[in-house]
Amino acid sequence: MTQHHNAPGVLVFAEQDDGKLADVSLELLAKARELAAKLNRSVAAALLGGNVAGLAARLIAHGADVVYLAEDPALGCYTTIPYAKVVCDIITANRPEIVLFGASMAGRDLAPRVASRMRTGLTADCTDLQIGDFSDSKGSYTNLLYQIRPAFGGNIIATIITPDHRPQMATVREGVIPLKPADPSRTGEIRRVKVDLDEADKAVSVIERLKADKKVNLKAASVIVAGGAGVRSREGFDLIRELARTLGGEVGASRAAVDAGYIGKEHQVGQTGTTVRPKVYIACGISGQVQHRAGMDESGKIIAINTDPAAPIFSIAHYGIVGDLFQVVPMLIDAYKQKT
Amino acid sequence: MPYAMIVLAKQVPDTKNITGQAMKEDGTVNRSALPAIFNPEDLNALEMALSIRDRFGGRVTVLSMGPPAAAEIMRDALMRGADDALLLCDKRFAAADTLATAYALNCGIRRIGPCDIILCGRQAIDGDTAQTGPQVAGRIGIPQVTYVEEVRSLSATTLEARRNIEGGYEIVRTSLPALLTVVGSANESRPPSAKRLMHYKNARTASEVRKALTDEQLAQAEIRRLEERGLLIREWTVDCIDAEPCKCGLAGSPTRVMKIQSIVLTAGEQKRYEPTRESIAELVKELVQDHALG
Repeated sequence: MTQHHNAPGVLVFAEQDDGKLADVSLELLAKARELAAKLNRSVAAALLGGNVAGLAARLIAHGADVVYLAEDPALGCYTTIPYAKVVCDIITANRPEIVLFGASMAGRDLAPRVASRMRTGLTADCTDLQIGDFSDSKGSYTNLLYQIRPAFGGNIIATIITPDHRPQMATVREGVIPLKPADPSRTGEIRRVKVDLDEADKAVSVIERLKADKKVNLKAASVIVAGGAGVRSREGFDLIRELARTLGGEVGASRAAVDAGYIGKEHQVGQTGTTVRPKVYIACGISGQVQHRAGMDESGKIIAINTDPAAPIFSIAHYGIVGDLFQVVPMLIDAYKQKT
Repeated sequence: MPYAMIVLAKQVPDTKNITGQAMKEDGTVNRSALPAIFNPEDLNALEMALSIRDRFGGRVTVLSMGPPAAAEIMRDALMRGADDALLLCDKRFAAADTLATAYALNCGIRRIGPCDIILCGRQAIDGDTAQTGPQVAGRIGIPQVTYVEEVRSLSATTLEARRNIEGGYEIVRTSLPALLTVVGSANESRPPSAKRLMHYKNARTASEVRKALTDEQLAQAEIRRLEERGLLIREWTVDCIDAEPCKCGLAGSPTRVMKIQSIVLTAGEQKRYEPTRESIAELVKELVQDHALG
């Protein structure tokens, strides 16, 4: 029997919107391969939608051995109950050890509902997943999923396990697992799933939808200039934007700046925003709470500008400038322009 | 048409404002030094419920699960306008993960009685999981609408809401009863009115009374007096809500915390530059030479 015919070790929810697969699902397939190899099991993907069969090949190229394909008009636009029901049916029929979702807005809406129905555990926003053992007074367990996540505002890192319930479930944020290139030579199997929904499952309907194309692409930026509470106003971000434009980079922000309404949430870097690894990260007026640092501390060169010499951001910065960003940033702009 | 509403609220440590004082010398956070607050987005959920009541009439009951000290946010909720506040308080509820929390809250909701709309914050700032709301809805078996920014319209049997999605929004219609999770941008929470503040600052749970008055007879008299004046914040135990103890708290939680590692701030190698033109020019030169900047 080939590996493809085993019950899957890891099932990945393949999130798609309007026929476009979410990057995080492809990232998860790469992670799933790693985990499944340790379990000596296969990787499966659950692909739900109105008309999405065409996406299955890409899931296979990124690591799925089996794609469970559920197509139905009621699955055309994401709503919680129909998706939860179909995913639960797939889990019940195929008994994966592990089920992973992207920690996207849809993933975070769907996964808890699925976990509730399966009466199992779920860990949100994992930043890493590993396979390992555990023992306590009650017994010992092998090959558990270590669900590793920051907690308590990012001030601690917790390793969570689900010893006695299956499947073990987790959501993982986009960008924390490196996306691996597709391998078009991989082969896999597509299995159609019968969709069994009744009227009561359709209690929620989407009557209008407005979605702008993601204009901010923090993940792909090689330079990010980010502002925090120290930017002090919406207008203050004009200066941050100018430096970003000069350096050919994107604009990032801390949660404090986003919560204060200085800039949109799509710019937020950190545990509850986007995780980034640019070549250069310039933190302007950002104190550097753990929740922010968790989203940028793997950047190549971190430059911190802050008036407070004790700001935690300096503890991870490669270059520190203690000073007022409103003086330092114009100097950076001028210096760069003169350089080139 | 009046709506019966339940707002789920949580008392949380204020993880958003961790200052130097809350950091221990080894660079880890001193959790006990953090003030306990009303979870911010639960206040937005309460405000949404109160504004629905203002427009259509109805009743807003706040339900929380927590230690005796969580009575503080129950008082706060009453001062801000809630009609009733109930605290699930029992050692057997402790150390619950989201599945066990949702189970207990569902038992509490059943005990309160039929309701049309359940509201809670999108997520709590201590765990940031955003799981409890959907799992309560799952337990009850009603629809959920997450990330709600605005309730656009309401009828006897349906609700229309605008919810955030990545890069935009959706208008969705749901049948009632339904559970909404509310985002921080939905509204500004109303402050307590002076009149309600004066009245409800005296509201107490029985545990608080017993802590203050160790004489049981005196305590019972005080509890009766509070009850007559509508100032008794009721505490419900596992038995009060007919919950199975094995499904509550740590016993009912499929997940276990295996290891906790505190983040330690470590000082790496760092170059300091002065905020002067010459110094900044040096920095830019170095970054360009390193090919970090193009």
